[in-house]
Amino acid sequence: MALKLHGSAMSTSTSLVIICLHEKEVDFELVPVDLFAGEQKQPHFLAKNPFGQVPVLEDGDLTLFESRAISAYIAEKFKETGYDLLRHQNLQEAALVKVWMEVESQQFHPAIAPIVYQFYVVPLKGVSPDQAIIDDNLEKLGKVLDIYEARLSSTKYLAGDFYSLADLHHLPYTCYLMKTTAASVINERPHVKAWWEDISCRPVSKKAAEGMTFGEKCTLKIKALLL
Amino acid sequence: MAAPVKVYGPTLSTAVSRVLACLIEKDVDFQLIPINMSKGEHKKPDFIKMQPFGQVPAFQDESISLFESRAICRYICDKYADKGNKELYGTNPLAKASIDQWLEAEGQSFNPPSGALVFQLAFAPRMKIPQDEGLIKQNQEKLGKVLDVYEKRLGESRFLAGDEFSLADLSHLPNTQYLVAGTDRGELFTSRKNVGRWWSEISSRESWKKVVQMQKSG
Repeated sequence: MALKLHGSAMSTSTSLVIICLHEKEVDFELVPVDLFAGEQKQPHFLAKNPFGQVPVLEDGDLTLFESRAISAYIAEKFKETGYDLLRHQNLQEAALVKVWMEVESQQFHPAIAPIVYQFYVVPLKGVSPDQAIIDDNLEKLGKVLDIYEARLSSTKYLAGDFYSLADLHHLPYTCYLMKTTAASVINERPHVKAWWEDISCRPVSKKAAEGMTFGEKCTLKIKALLL
Repeated sequence: MAAPVKVYGPTLSTAVSRVLACLIEKDVDFQLIPINMSKGEHKKPDFIKMQPFGQVPAFQDESISLFESRAICRYICDKYADKGNKELYGTNPLAKASIDQWLEAEGQSFNPPSGALVFQLAFAPRMKIPQDEGLIKQNQEKLGKVLDVYEKRLGESRFLAGDEFSLADLSHLPNTQYLVAGTDRGELFTSRKNVGRWWSEISSRESWKKVVQMQKSG
């Protein structure tokens, strides 16, 4: 029985899992959740994820939420197929993958998420992006990326000289950031820029980026809804 | 001979105490090397080599050097799977997935508002930093909504990930300890029947009592 992933290809968290599934060459069915209609807050969805967020994975009797837990589960379950995202055969490498996955979760994500929110979500409510919030978080993100710059001048990828789940977790939000003027925070740092170009050019990454159309086709639809 | 496992940081740090609780649950010997943050020891070059973000804890196990408390905890549970509490990170993939799910919920939904409140209510006064009433109110509301989800979950399940105490519950101990025992906002937890029951149970574990004792004497 194929895996079912409930979510939306344009959502950063759903996209993260889609990329992981493709890297692992695992078949799945994407069950669309209409975020703009608030489907994720409806009782039938809350029964799957009480926090009312996408994505949710269904694998037989298992129902799982939190994109990073889902990707770790997939990478572990299918460790013998597709790309080796977890380095499970080497204790030291596997530990470093875990470290940099937490760095994305605890340092990178809190700084980048508000920036992307201001550029993409806020305008849908008919409001201008808050430049103070953008600037404040760009400063924070800059400090985090200074550390990435130092790290990536000694290793090709974050956990070592191998692409891993830790790098993958950075793809969705950075993909959206790079389409805005805030892209300079990546482009100004040569090793970070080279790393971004490498990981975003992987065939799976490019394919997922095609689905990350938030703010493009939808804008007119949403503006119509808001009127 | 000194234990190969070393934890660097003050016991009062929530992230440090998370790792200590995990080591004690897993019955893994360790050395705690204090880091004096008021003297800026966590920003010195020797420390930055271990933890490039200049935060505590840093961790070493023989030649492996790690940081980020939740990554350290997962590593400890994987490497020392056969020691101490074997259920802490699950003994099968489905149990582990559920624990990871709630560990992520802790890291993404519980930690930001509870951590902000711990800083504002427990640390800011000690550091003579003025409290931000707006931030306190905002984060109290956010935390309340998260605890409403926990209240429902803990009415269906003894612990967050299932019937056994796990790393997911453990990860909540440090912030909650401060809020319940060190501030006047403990009722956020104790006024919710299931959350209150769960807090009482997880905080009575021997491992956590030892950590609290270390914090008091540290």
